[in-house]
Amino acid sequence: MSNKTLPAWIDIGVIPLINVCMAFAVSGLVILLIGENPIEAVQYILMGAFGYDEGIGYTLYYTTNFIFTGLAVSIAFHAGLFNIGGEGQAYIGGLGVGLMCLSLDSFMPWWALFPFAIAAGAAFGAAWAFIPAYLQAYRGSHVVITTIMFNFIASALMVYLLVNVLIEPGSMAPQTRSIADAATIPSIKELFAGLGIDISNSPLNISIFLALACCVLMWLLLWHTRLGYAIRMIGFNQNAAIYSGINTKRVIVITMCISGAMAAMVGINEVMGAQERVLLDFVAGAGFTGIAVSLMGRNHPIGIVIASLLFGALYQGGAELSFEVANITSDLVVVIQGLVILFCGALSLMIKPGLEKLFIKLTAAKESADV
Amino acid sequence: MQPPAIDLRKINKSFGPVQANKNVNLKVAKGSIHGIIGENGAGKSTLMSILYGFYEADSGEILVNGKLSSIRSSKDAIYAGIGMVHQHFMLIENFSVLENVMLGAELSSSLKESKISAREELQRLSNEFGLAVDPDAITGDLAVGLQQRVEILKALYRGAEILILDEPTGVLTPQEVRQLFEILNALRKRGVSVMLITHKLQEILAITDEVTVMRGGTMVATRETATTTKEELAELMVGRKVLLEVDKTPAKPGKVLLEAKNLTIKDSSGVTRLDNVSLKVHAGEILGIAGVSGNGQTELLDVLSGIVAVQQGSVVLGGCAIDKDNVLNAKDFRHLSLGHVAEDRHKQGMVTDFSARETAIMGFQDEPEFNGRIFMNNKAVTEHCVKLMAEFDVRPGNPHLKSANFSGGNQQKLCIAREMERKPKVLLVGQPTRGVDIGAIEFIHQQVVSLRDAGSAVLVVSVELEEVMSLCDRIIVMFEGRIVGEMAAADADAQKLGLLMGNAGSESDTSAQEITAS
Repeated sequence: MSNKTLPAWIDIGVIPLINVCMAFAVSGLVILLIGENPIEAVQYILMGAFGYDEGIGYTLYYTTNFIFTGLAVSIAFHAGLFNIGGEGQAYIGGLGVGLMCLSLDSFMPWWALFPFAIAAGAAFGAAWAFIPAYLQAYRGSHVVITTIMFNFIASALMVYLLVNVLIEPGSMAPQTRSIADAATIPSIKELFAGLGIDISNSPLNISIFLALACCVLMWLLLWHTRLGYAIRMIGFNQNAAIYSGINTKRVIVITMCISGAMAAMVGINEVMGAQERVLLDFVAGAGFTGIAVSLMGRNHPIGIVIASLLFGALYQGGAELSFEVANITSDLVVVIQGLVILFCGALSLMIKPGLEKLFIKLTAAKESADV
Repeated sequence: MQPPAIDLRKINKSFGPVQANKNVNLKVAKGSIHGIIGENGAGKSTLMSILYGFYEADSGEILVNGKLSSIRSSKDAIYAGIGMVHQHFMLIENFSVLENVMLGAELSSSLKESKISAREELQRLSNEFGLAVDPDAITGDLAVGLQQRVEILKALYRGAEILILDEPTGVLTPQEVRQLFEILNALRKRGVSVMLITHKLQEILAITDEVTVMRGGTMVATRETATTTKEELAELMVGRKVLLEVDKTPAKPGKVLLEAKNLTIKDSSGVTRLDNVSLKVHAGEILGIAGVSGNGQTELLDVLSGIVAVQQGSVVLGGCAIDKDNVLNAKDFRHLSLGHVAEDRHKQGMVTDFSARETAIMGFQDEPEFNGRIFMNNKAVTEHCVKLMAEFDVRPGNPHLKSANFSGGNQQKLCIAREMERKPKVLLVGQPTRGVDIGAIEFIHQQVVSLRDAGSAVLVVSVELEEVMSLCDRIIVMFEGRIVGEMAAADADAQKLGLLMGNAGSESDTSAQEITAS
C-alpha cells in the first residue's frame, strides 16, 4: 500500500533532497560545536566545488569515478547481490589497463589503444569479481564476505607487484613508469585548448564521456535486454526466476562480472587519464563511495549521475574547506561525507511514512476543497 | 435484555485512498457463533484487526458487553476479554504446550510457580471445554488440529469470552474441521461468543447462528443462518448470481500425455518429500491431487515442471524421458508444451515488483516474438499483455501497472492466461483459486475445463476439497509424500477423501487418538 500513495517525483526527488538537507543540518551542528560558522563552511564547499574552473574540473573528475563504481554496485543490487568489492575490482582493473598501456604505448596512439585498455581493464575487473561470484552461485559463500576479502587480497597483491615487479627501475616510489604521453587519454583542458578556449589544469579527462556512455548502456542492458530482465527478476524473486527457466547461477556470475568490469573503468580514468601510471592505492575509496552513490541514486543510472555529482562536489569542496579553515581538518570532511551516506543510505526511508501521511492529508484536503 | 457481546458502531478505516471499512455496524449476541463472510479485500480482516487492536479505527465505537471500550492494542483487547486465533498460528514450535499457553501471561516471576498454576488452570479449561491436549507435548510435534486447539486454549487462558477465528479451517482435514466445530459448540454452550471469519460457505451454514456478509468494505447483509442458503450468500458476497458447481461434460480420456514414474525427492536436509510417486495424466481429463497442504504436492508440481531436478525415477513428457541424467529446466519443460500455474503466485508465479507486461512473459522471455537481435521487443511484450488481459478479462487492463497492484483474482487470471495462451498439451495448476474471489473462480474453472475439452491433460493440485471434487475427473490423494488413494471424482465424497488425507487408521494419526482420549 505504501508505494501506491506517493507519486514518483516525491519518492525519487523530494525524499533524497530532504535527506541531503538533514545531513547538512547535522553537519552544520558539528561545525558549530567546533566553533566555526556553518554558513561560511557551506560557502567554501560550494565555491570549492563549483566556484572556478579548476574546482569544477576536480569535482567532475571525482564524479567520473563515482559513476563507474556506482553503476557497478547498482547492477549487482538489481540481481539482489551486494558487491562490496568495487574497490578491489577497480584496483585490479586498473592493473589491467596499466599493463595494456605499458606494453603498447610505444607504438600506438591513445585512440587506438583506448579499446584495448578498456577490454583489458574490464577483463581484469571481471576476473576479480568472477571468483566471489562463482563461490556465491555454486558454493553458497556469501558474496558480501568474499568481496570484502578480495579487496584485501587485491590490495596486498598490488603492493607486491608495484614494489617487486612493476616498479620503475631506479625509482624509490612503488609505481610503474609513466605511460607515453601520446598514449594517455586527452584531458578536458587539451580538448578545450583544441577549441581555442583556455581553462585551468585539472585531472578531468574524456573518461567522463565514457562514464556517461556506460550509464546509457546500463540502462539499455537492464530494461531493454533479456539479460536485464533476468537480472531484475532474480533480484526481486529468485524462485520466480527458476520458475521461468532462468539459469540463476549463470546470471549471477555474469552480473557480478559486469559489475567488476564496470568498477574497473575507474582504471581508465585514473591510470590512463589522471595519473598516467599505475601507483599504490589510486582507487582511494571510490569503490566504497560507489555503494552510497548507488543507494542514493536508487540504482538508476540517472540517479547515479546525480548522486555522483553530489559526492564529487563533497570530495572537492570538502578538500577546499579543510584547506581554507584551519580548525576544520580533512577528518571533519569525512564526517560530513559519512553523514550524507548515513542519511541517504541507511536512513533513506526514515521520513517516508511521515511524508506519506502528510501527502494523504494534503490530497484529502485538496479533494474536499475541489468538491 | 442482555447487551450483545460485541457491538461495533459506524467503524471507518482508510489506508491511504482505499477505504477498507465504511460505516460498519455489527452486533454479535452473547453465546452465539457469528459468521463473517466476504471475498478477499472485502474488509473482514481489517475489521477484526480493529477489534483486536492491531489497527485503530478512524472513527466509530466499539462496545464490549454493552460497555464502550477503547481498544488500542492487543493488550487492551485481551483485557476486554477478546481472544484471537490467527490463520497462521502464533506458536513457538519448540516450546511445550504449557509454555506456549502461559507465554506472556505468567502469573509470577518464578517460572516454576507460574508453570504450576498454569498447569492447574490448563487442566481446568481442558476439562470444562473438552479440549484435551498433553501440556508437556512439544508444540511443533502436534498435528495441525491440535496446534489450533492450543491457540484456542491460549485465548481462553487469558480469560477470553469472545473468540475471533480467522480462516480456521484452511489447514485442516475434514475430520479435524468436524472436531473444531464440536469444540466451538462446546464453547457456545458455556457462553463464549465466537466470530468465525471464512470464505467457505458450507462452514457458515454448518455451524453459525447468524452470518454477516461484507463486500467492498461495507456490511451488505446480516442473516439468520437457518433462513439463508448458499446461493443467497454467494450472491450477496459477489453482488450478482454465481454458478457454484462447475459446468462440464464427462471426460473422454485419451492417450497418456504426462507420466511420473517412481519419483522420489529429498530436500536439502535429507527429508523425503516425495516418496515413490507414479501417476499418469491422460489427454482430455483433469486429474486432481487432494491432500492437506504440505504432504508433497508442492514437490510434485516442482519436479513435474522442471523447477526441481529429478533425483530418482523419471518424468515422461512429450515423448521425452526426463531423469537425473537428462535434467531439463522449467523453460525446456515449457518447450515440451507444458504450462504451469504456480501454487503460490507470490512466491513463484509472478514478480510483484514487475509491471504486468513483464509478469506476462515470465517463462517465455527468450521466445523470438519478444526479442530482437540484441534488445527485447518491448512493444511486442506490451501488446502480448494487452491481448492476454482482454482474453482473460484482467482488470484494470493496464499492462504498465505493477503486478502487486492487481487483486488476487486478476493476478491469478493473468498467470493462467500466460500459461494457457500457447494451448499447452499438459497444464499443471496449483491451487487454481487460492486467494481468488468467487466471481473469478467461476471463470477460471471454465477456462481449465475448456482446455481439457480441447484435448489437453490437466493436473490440478488443490487443498479445497470441494474444488477437487467438482472440477476434476479423477482424484489422487497424497499423504506424507505418498499416493494413498485414487478414485473417480464421481465416487468421491468429503468423508472418503478426508479419511485418506488424514491417513486414518495408521499409527501416525494423533488426532484420532486424541478424540478417544477426550
